[in-house]
Amino acid sequence: MRYSALKILTQGLTGNKGWTPAWREPDPKADYDIIIIGGGGHGLATAYYLAREHGLRNIAVLEKGWIGSGNVGRNTTIIRSNYLLEGNQPFYELSLKLWEGLEQDFNYNAMVSQRGILNLIHSDAQRDAYVRRGNAMRLSGADAVILGPEEIRKTCPYLDFENARFPIQGAIWQPRGGTVRHDAVAWGYARGADERGVDIIQNCEVTGFQMDGGTCVGVETSRGPIRAKKVAMCVAGSSSRVAEQAGMRLPIESHVLQAFVSEGLKPTLPGVITFGAGHFYVSQSDKGGLVFGGDIDGYNTYAQRGNLPVVEDVCEGGMAIMPMIGRARLLRMWGGVMDMSMDGSPFIDQTHIDGLYFNGGWCYGGFKATPASGFCYAHLLATGNPHPVATAYKLDRFRTGAMIDEKGAGNSPNLH
Amino acid sequence: MIINHPLLGPRDAAEFTVLGDASLLHRPDGMTATMDDMHDYAYLRDNPAGLHRELWYHEQGDRSWLVVTRNTLTHDVENVELARDVARTEGRSK
Amino acid sequence: MTQPNRLDGGQIDRTRKLKFSWNGTFYSGYHGDTLASALLANGQRLVGRSFKYHRPRGIFSAGSEEPNALVQLRTGAAQEPNTRATTIELFDGLKATSQNHRGSLEYDLMAANDLLSPFLSAGFYYKTFMWPKAFWEQFYEPVIRASAGLGRLSMEPDPDVYDHGYLHCDLLIIGAGPAGLTAALTAARAGLRVILADEDFTPGGRLNAETYAVDDQPGATWAAAVTAELQAMDNVRLMTRTTVYGAYDHGVYGALERKTDHLANANGKPRQVLWRLYTKRALLTAGSTERSIAFGNNDRPGVMLAGAVRTYVNRFGVAPGKKVAIFTNNDDGLRTADDLRAKGVDITRIIDARQGDNVVNTVGRKGLHTVYLNGGRHVEADCLAVSGGWSPNVHLTCHHRGRPVWNEQIAGFTPGKDLPPGMVVAGAANGAMTLAAAIRQAHEAAQSIAAGLGKTVRDTAPKASDETFDTAPFWHVAESKTRAWVDLQNDVTTKDIKQSHQEGFRSVEHLKRYTTLGMATDQGKTANILGLALMAEAQGKSIQDTGTTIFRPPYNPVAIGAFAGRARGKDFRPTRLTPSHRWAEENGADFVETGMWLRAQWFKQPGEKGWRDSVDREAAMVRKSVGICDVTTLGKIDIQGRDAAEFLNRIYANAFLKLPVGKVRYGLMLREDGICYDDGTTARLAENHFVMTTTTANAVTVFRNMEFARQCLWPDLDVHLISTTDAWAQFGVAGPNARALLSKVVDDLDLSNDAFPFMACTDCTVFGGTPARLFRISFSGELAYEVAVPARYGDAMIRALMEVGQEFDAVPYGTEALGVLRIEKGHAAGNELNGQTTAQMLGLGGMVSKKKDSIGSKLSERPALNGDDDMRLVGFKPVDKTIGLTAGAHFLSPGDPEDMAHDQGWMTSVAYSPELGHSIGLGYLKRGQDRLGEQIRSYSPVRGGNTMVEVCSPHHIDPEGHRQRG
Repeated sequence: MRYSALKILTQGLTGNKGWTPAWREPDPKADYDIIIIGGGGHGLATAYYLAREHGLRNIAVLEKGWIGSGNVGRNTTIIRSNYLLEGNQPFYELSLKLWEGLEQDFNYNAMVSQRGILNLIHSDAQRDAYVRRGNAMRLSGADAVILGPEEIRKTCPYLDFENARFPIQGAIWQPRGGTVRHDAVAWGYARGADERGVDIIQNCEVTGFQMDGGTCVGVETSRGPIRAKKVAMCVAGSSSRVAEQAGMRLPIESHVLQAFVSEGLKPTLPGVITFGAGHFYVSQSDKGGLVFGGDIDGYNTYAQRGNLPVVEDVCEGGMAIMPMIGRARLLRMWGGVMDMSMDGSPFIDQTHIDGLYFNGGWCYGGFKATPASGFCYAHLLATGNPHPVATAYKLDRFRTGAMIDEKGAGNSPNLH
Repeated sequence: MIINHPLLGPRDAAEFTVLGDASLLHRPDGMTATMDDMHDYAYLRDNPAGLHRELWYHEQGDRSWLVVTRNTLTHDVENVELARDVARTEGRSK
Repeated sequence: MTQPNRLDGGQIDRTRKLKFSWNGTFYSGYHGDTLASALLANGQRLVGRSFKYHRPRGIFSAGSEEPNALVQLRTGAAQEPNTRATTIELFDGLKATSQNHRGSLEYDLMAANDLLSPFLSAGFYYKTFMWPKAFWEQFYEPVIRASAGLGRLSMEPDPDVYDHGYLHCDLLIIGAGPAGLTAALTAARAGLRVILADEDFTPGGRLNAETYAVDDQPGATWAAAVTAELQAMDNVRLMTRTTVYGAYDHGVYGALERKTDHLANANGKPRQVLWRLYTKRALLTAGSTERSIAFGNNDRPGVMLAGAVRTYVNRFGVAPGKKVAIFTNNDDGLRTADDLRAKGVDITRIIDARQGDNVVNTVGRKGLHTVYLNGGRHVEADCLAVSGGWSPNVHLTCHHRGRPVWNEQIAGFTPGKDLPPGMVVAGAANGAMTLAAAIRQAHEAAQSIAAGLGKTVRDTAPKASDETFDTAPFWHVAESKTRAWVDLQNDVTTKDIKQSHQEGFRSVEHLKRYTTLGMATDQGKTANILGLALMAEAQGKSIQDTGTTIFRPPYNPVAIGAFAGRARGKDFRPTRLTPSHRWAEENGADFVETGMWLRAQWFKQPGEKGWRDSVDREAAMVRKSVGICDVTTLGKIDIQGRDAAEFLNRIYANAFLKLPVGKVRYGLMLREDGICYDDGTTARLAENHFVMTTTTANAVTVFRNMEFARQCLWPDLDVHLISTTDAWAQFGVAGPNARALLSKVVDDLDLSNDAFPFMACTDCTVFGGTPARLFRISFSGELAYEVAVPARYGDAMIRALMEVGQEFDAVPYGTEALGVLRIEKGHAAGNELNGQTTAQMLGLGGMVSKKKDSIGSKLSERPALNGDDDMRLVGFKPVDKTIGLTAGAHFLSPGDPEDMAHDQGWMTSVAYSPELGHSIGLGYLKRGQDRLGEQIRSYSPVRGGNTMVEVCSPHHIDPEGHRQRG
């Protein structure tokens, strides 16, 4: 069913009785060309692009719970391509370009809203680093502007310019950054993939891999064995657990990132704002809630919940740059489990096992990467070669020393 | 969270800095280790869902490094030891 | 100012009349009222508008579960959006206004949305607004954003203060209703340290709202007596106006106490206190929340929960209507009739779903007047009291992601097995739905908790009767043809739930996300169960199998300001001051934030127009004569022990074992991944005594990592570490006259180049006996020393140094001049050591010793870190000397296209060199060491810069180092 204003009109006039399911609920077949483990944003996007870009149809997405129940359903919805390193920048820029045409492409309004992202600068060294980054972005064809405090004051007069412990010295501004309605991304990709014949199978947990002479030939699941020519892991947050079933140890730790939303408010903030001298970033959803977050809790965990020190740290950051939010109430807090990798950058690669592929390690930046991750993973699965913008995301890069360490924090996952 | 420090008793987790997997105690000798040994030590993690032995540093306290055995599914802490004692027990006395 | 709906009785103080304003009109109420009860007393039925359809709405509940009556409280900077009228304590002079309407509350222009509702069903916005593409951001979204949201922030800084507090107890009891009070008394009598917290301002819970008797007294009287007894006990802390909002790990609970929200003026006291409660056990006695039934137009002002109707009548002495009808599926609803009749309120009909009677529709857009029943009957009513049953308040039991279980008998979820450790649940929260049962259960729970903590008590549970409790699950009226609301605030109707199912959004999480059920400010406290029941029905599954969404903290919303506490403005983070801070202030210093430190960045002299004048003068004077700089902020670590040298040899990439006593060495520190992360100098003061300096930025990390190495990697090395950053005040004294100056400072020490050469160090005394340390090290490239004295002498030291220095025209210099001098000399600092730098990049690859194992040395050998094409630190100067360079610019070969494929590196640091008379820079350039003399483009589109620069040695001055050795 194609969605349109006309469809809403005709359905509205006939009691909204004709809407059909956004995706089927098929039973798993005995075998597929490609099985994607994980019905999150990346897995569903991978299926969508395999079908759309490569004409592959005989594909299953296996999800242990409900689709979109991973981090695509529990993030702070930010999109941007303000990366520094050449291993990352073109990839995230591709992602931003895909976001820009996504809704018309999959006929679903995911509310891609490019209201801009403002990273505040509080020191000379930070400004130098952001100028370097802004120039790298411009050299890669992305957009970036350095603003001075007076320019920021014009659009954000409520920031603390008078009494700040770490005064605002400027900002790097990416106008094309913004936010997306996160759940709708999963649903839009699922609907688009389903329409093209992909089987999306919910409540189907992978419990093991079928191996044949060192080649992966399928999976064991809670709904029985399923064979496949290629098996693609796409389970960020649970990567170590799933990979362990294939005997793999990964350069990944699981950590919780908390996120927060306030009660609904009339328009307060224009775009995304990040604090450069503490852990706080914020945007406002179309519904009116301030959506904000900060640092990971810092201890290994698979529990999708965090603790109070980080909650306080994040709110302190908020009050430090925008003390007018003090009387807004925090409505909900939640936690998502992140694949924190050893250099803060992801993996899209073949494993050392034939037929088995890996996508993960997205740290807390996976949401914005969803389209490009799906696009590049699909490219790898369909062609056997990495997509040109994703060649750096190798699983063995720590053996060669080719880290992609944006933050310069080294092999401590909880510092990225 | 509360960490029951073996010397100081229960302390709020906010006083600590977490490093991660206690396997980091077992640093290979750089003169004899292969590059793969050192890679595996520095980069690969079991990352279990369940009991996890991990290193915590009492940064806002007595500066002890501790080995905390904690469940990553429930956050229950089963055991807390001084990392120095553990390191010695596990053969880092040379 | 009459109060037309005021009845006799209740727990209000009629001797304290309070005046308040609602939407600009003044009304009166009494001390003990909430804003909601006072509005009802004054006949105000329409109080708000719903989120999506802007439907007229009235007060629905009498507690924090309120979905409708959200108001803007107070004015100016203190205005507080989305505040539940049902929890606002009335105070004299209170000002509140309605929110979320365009035009007046009565005539809201946005109510047109209601007419369009057939086109605004669940998820409509995912299906349209996509064409033309550019219209989303330019048109659709701004319109949607402007109409969404609820209340408004003032956009001014929050004028109030918030405190944080920490409390410890044996037992935290959450909820001071009959169960909580009973348990508190028993636990306190047993000698436990008890905290009893309740969100209300009067303990007692439903006892204040009902006409039950406990121990043969009216319930409210009993509650007041128990409260008084508890307040008199030293081991009890009774916290009213306190919401326990979250259950965290290891018995930690978060609570918010509203200290002055009920006062007209806080008078400087904190508005709220955010408590962190450390508990051995917690007893959840949070009661239950009533829910509605879905029938046509069940959202009219005047439709109210039956329990709330009783609360207004019994506790506040207010009749929510003059003619009241009751619609119920349980015995509790019938109690409403008795209570109202006792107060003389007219009951027009009791409609009991268990007997086949249903409400199918209501009429009265801005205030209910008629209720339509099945069978074509109708009845007049300006208030319809609805009870769809009570849902136990299990929220906190699920904060560790435990799942509640469906209990058919009470038609509600009760706590599951996997509670947060240490938590016990009793009373209605645990499904004990009658008063006597709740009290019994709480009493037993308290006794058992006390026993578990080694205390015994022999007391008996208070007496109460087991009133009848019969409920038959009943969720919606099938005959209703008009819209029936499930979630009042977010305008989710039964049709939306059905459509969600129809479109495949069947998991409860999909249902919630697709329809926004339960995502409003009330978190669906009165709506969720109804929504789940409807989804279960649509799927033909049980409610247990359908499941519930996860309850997450906070139980009720908490102000962001409260979470932040005092950490805002200048107090956001602590401020560290250098020993010379006061002196620097007196001498015209401008300060800069360096981590937590404030450092002098320059010292302005009379006549200097801008910072550059000051910095140029300071840097020039160092090169010409002598300058003094406070370098205390550098990390200092004292290292002692028989194996101290061996330890340092394993910490630093370069060799340290054979450093002679009395010498300093530059040290390069790698992370285990082979990347340089810090550098500094280490002095050997004695055979087994070293003093290390680190960069200011990494002082904490280096110390942490060294403790890790000491305790975890090499526990048998005899070495001890102590951070002495704050213990020593340290000053750099640099310039050709540094020796002459220090000769007048240091006692009895030969400072000649032979006796105390470059990189020498010693303990000594200064100014006639003050203990000190002297290091001959140079960051500027000049003849330079650093002299350290115990921190308590720091202020005296800077004053004395400057006095002695007058003879040499000594100047103090700040961080900016320090930066200029080090860039001139080509020393790497934070901009170069950004965590991505190898020793090779710094030109120090040869320093990484291959003859020993040290942290990071092995992994620094990996091929990708040792390519032929690697970046190398070099210097840059503009071809046109009048042009200033830009830090962060990228390098391109002339003629190459401007893209990343042709990127050659970047400029890390720039400065104007007064010595050379032009701008200079440091930066990383591919194969930079082989390209000295080459001219390349320095390209910075974000700064508008495109400059030709010449590659040169990073050592812009004195590359041979004659000056520092002189």
